[in-house]
Amino acid sequence: MSNMKDIYTAGVWEDNPVFRQMLGLCITLAITNKVVNGVTMGVAVFFVLTASAFIVSLLGESVPRRVRIPVYMLVIATFVTLVYMFLKAFFMPLSQALGAYVGLIITNCIILGRLESFSSDNSPWDSIVDAAGVATGFALALIAMSVVRELLGFGTLFGVQVLGSGWTQWVSMILAPGGFLVLGLLIWVQRSISPVEEG
Amino acid sequence: MRYISILIAAIFAHNIALRYFLGWCPLVSQSKKLSSAWGMGVAVTLVMTVTSAVNWPVYNYLLVPYGLEYLQYIAFIIVIASTVQVLEMVIERFFPSLYTTMGVFLPLITVNCAILGVSLFMILRDYTLLTGIVYALGSGIGWSVAIVSLASIREKLRFADVPKPLQGPGITMLIAGIMAFAFLGFSGMVGIK
Repeated sequence: MSNMKDIYTAGVWEDNPVFRQMLGLCITLAITNKVVNGVTMGVAVFFVLTASAFIVSLLGESVPRRVRIPVYMLVIATFVTLVYMFLKAFFMPLSQALGAYVGLIITNCIILGRLESFSSDNSPWDSIVDAAGVATGFALALIAMSVVRELLGFGTLFGVQVLGSGWTQWVSMILAPGGFLVLGLLIWVQRSISPVEEG
Repeated sequence: MRYISILIAAIFAHNIALRYFLGWCPLVSQSKKLSSAWGMGVAVTLVMTVTSAVNWPVYNYLLVPYGLEYLQYIAFIIVIASTVQVLEMVIERFFPSLYTTMGVFLPLITVNCAILGVSLFMILRDYTLLTGIVYALGSGIGWSVAIVSLASIREKLRFADVPKPLQGPGITMLIAGIMAFAFLGFSGMVGIK
């Protein structure tokens, strides 16, 4: 069963979708100014990715090569619509905070990339494990980003004041530039810990 | 006048890449060379304008009358995927020389979130058809401005001594951060509504 574990951990760290493969950046940058948003998006992507990986691995060879991308997009779009309706029904404020970015999970290249490169020719069980690993890696990246940005930008975590009231808020951390700078620095940290192999 | 201000706003103050973070996967992967940045920019602008011109009537005349707004994601993605497919065939058939330079970028565009994002923003902001098209055109140009300037800076960086773990995507993100600071200077210049 070590194979399963390898598949899983590769997605979390060595092939981390954000820090290594540079995928799913739009969402990573856009919604990580609050930890709550990061966690919600992480869970949403986890659901969409594992569910569509399962369906696509079941479809397997029955989809003609030429139309496979549109078919995959339809599968993904269906699950994203479910997430969107679920959030709107039970978590209205979160749904408003995430706005159009929930819909943009469809075009999150992490998902299409996994479906195309792994799920399309692997067993359903392997595909779910692979999807879960990549989704966990993505969620951890979102949480890491949002912890830094919310802490420096608002002085809070999950909306609770952590740094003293004398904390000067780094407004730029919440705005667009902060997202890019924090992501750049986190990539630096991740690649310093485990360097990219030449190739 | 309104159209001009929307156009300017979409290019600078509300730049789709540097303010709304859309389309970053190709921005990182295609900005190594200036020539491919141009190709990608033109292709995105074209597809963005065409798809929003199609998506607007689809949403307002097909989905809204039957109360099917919740199907917007599925509808939009079908429109985008098929538009890209049709464009690819048309360009291949009638402009073979253009196809050799731009063709490789077209399939990538289906998963460019900026395309879907522009259509979704257009609906969220209740634009009219014409405003939507102008907005999409502006966003496409704005995205091209971002990728072309990023590629120009990255070409110069080849001679810089960047720490190894920071090379490639890391430094690209830091540059993007500085560019985003610069583009923040445009905010307040023109509104998007």
